[in-house]
Amino acid sequence: MEHSSPVVRVRDLRKSYGNFEAVRGISFDIEAGETFALLGPNGAGKSTAIEILEGYRDRSSGEVSVLGVDPQRGGLAWKSRLGIVLQSTGESGNVTVTEQLTHFAGLYPRPRRVAEVIEAVGLEAKAKTRISKLSGGQRRRVDVALGIIGRPELLFLDEPTTGFDPEARHQFWDLVRRLKAEGTTILLTTHYLDEAAQLGDRAGVINDGLLIDIGAIGEIGGTDARVPLVRWRDASGRLQEKRTQEPARLVAELGAASGGEPADLEVIRPSLEDIYLGLVRGSRPSNDAADSLEDDTEVLA
Amino acid sequence: MSNGIPGTDSRTAASARATAAASTAASAESPRPRTGGLSVLRIGLSRVGYETRMYFRTTDSVFFTFLFPFIMLAIFTAAFGASGNIGTAPDGSGGISVGAYYLPGMLAAGMLLSGVQNLAVDIAGEKGDGTLKRLGGTPLSPLSYFMGKIGQVLVTGIFQAALLILVARVLLGIDLPTEPEKWLTFAWVFLLGVITSAFLGIALSALPRSGKSATAVIIPIVLILQFISGVYLQFYVLPEWMQNLASVFPLKWMAQGMRGVFLPDSFASLEQTGAWEFPLIALNLAIWLVVGLVLSRVTFRWIRKDT
Repeated sequence: MEHSSPVVRVRDLRKSYGNFEAVRGISFDIEAGETFALLGPNGAGKSTAIEILEGYRDRSSGEVSVLGVDPQRGGLAWKSRLGIVLQSTGESGNVTVTEQLTHFAGLYPRPRRVAEVIEAVGLEAKAKTRISKLSGGQRRRVDVALGIIGRPELLFLDEPTTGFDPEARHQFWDLVRRLKAEGTTILLTTHYLDEAAQLGDRAGVINDGLLIDIGAIGEIGGTDARVPLVRWRDASGRLQEKRTQEPARLVAELGAASGGEPADLEVIRPSLEDIYLGLVRGSRPSNDAADSLEDDTEVLA
Repeated sequence: MSNGIPGTDSRTAASARATAAASTAASAESPRPRTGGLSVLRIGLSRVGYETRMYFRTTDSVFFTFLFPFIMLAIFTAAFGASGNIGTAPDGSGGISVGAYYLPGMLAAGMLLSGVQNLAVDIAGEKGDGTLKRLGGTPLSPLSYFMGKIGQVLVTGIFQAALLILVARVLLGIDLPTEPEKWLTFAWVFLLGVITSAFLGIALSALPRSGKSATAVIIPIVLILQFISGVYLQFYVLPEWMQNLASVFPLKWMAQGMRGVFLPDSFASLEQTGAWEFPLIALNLAIWLVVGLVLSRVTFRWIRKDT
């Protein structure tokens, strides 16, 4: 029994390609039933780390356990417990959606029903269409469908909603929430920070091969990074910003001082995206009021 | 979209998580069903159907590997048909038509194309476009994958050969052998040749560095083999060094075996040693079968790990 052991356990993982060290010693756990978002810019080492967990690449050093198995030795029985949605591929797609899902369902010991999965990804109307005739977003939904057809215990979602329109993205979020409610453990990478905030329980931020922060979605970046920001244009027409725990008081003061409505007044609660960008740029948003807009707009863009 | 994954809406995430944890623990103790040798076979057979369907839906493969021998047979018959029979007596009588002479070569070319060219280009393409990476993330055994590819080559190869023979008989009026033992010989040369070609195709698929370069790398190899092995040019007119070179490779022996089946026995005197040499054909093809099998097993990867 492995009640207490995490579904994914990574300790001091390193991966080098020649002289280049893509992953420089990262450690994290993902518990059963958890959705963990791995964030980071392109080339940060995210994909390398995930492909090591999926069993596609061998690590240079460190310890990795996925569902209690070292991915480098993962056999077919182990793979049957995983669902992998890779970044988009360019397959020829000379089969229909139903044919493809039926075939893949046959590879797994306890697959979901094909019609059910097609409905879950919202492709009922395209079930009999060849995949090559689908739009980019629709093909992406087929990728997701193929990832969940085997009823995985652990689902890897690598930038799953690239190319989705907003409605499709929200439908996808609903699907992920239902998978999560079923107890599926999910490792998600995404460039949409709102997606990570919507779906993730915890997040890790990778930059330059290192895990620079990890924690609950609501805590990542530390409390300082979450201090609300008040922005307004002063009498001389300059844009001003100030971080404060009491934005209402500041707004009231500004109103009193200017004797009217301060121009362009905003109260901003930093989004996960703002915090993430602050982390990745290595400059956490400070508590002090910013004199010049340029610095902070860069951080908060 | 609302009830795609049933039975979850009413449950809380926590209780569902507990159930999932329990079922995970249960499945960890007792191995899941359908992952043994039988399932490798069952999935392999399902891959044959899937692969065959894909083959006939891909215009390139239908044209360049399935229909190519028909086109070449038509061209040779049209180009040289008027210049009289091949192998005639000094008085101009007897011999066989150009179509009849080229039929065995086209059958051999079909075996090579359906196996080597088709699979080498197909698998290199699948490696390049991400198909193999996706399959490598599923519990598909490489054995089932191989079975699917070889089964597809067998199905399409048999279909192609049957159609070629039918066209030869009905459209070109070529006489076919009537002795059962000739057809028995045809069966083993064909099966051994096609399966050898299939393994060599899988092995050669490791050669192209990308899916796009696959045809550029594979087609010249296949084309040169066809020219030196007696498919397009009559083997007996080739210089001896070229005949010896061709004898290293399997296509020469496949073509020779097919000539042994479809040409009159008097034509054996045109062979290098004046005989059909069926035991040597079996030996050469068997050696290449083992080479192909070993190379396939050693070189096959779902993805290039070094990139």
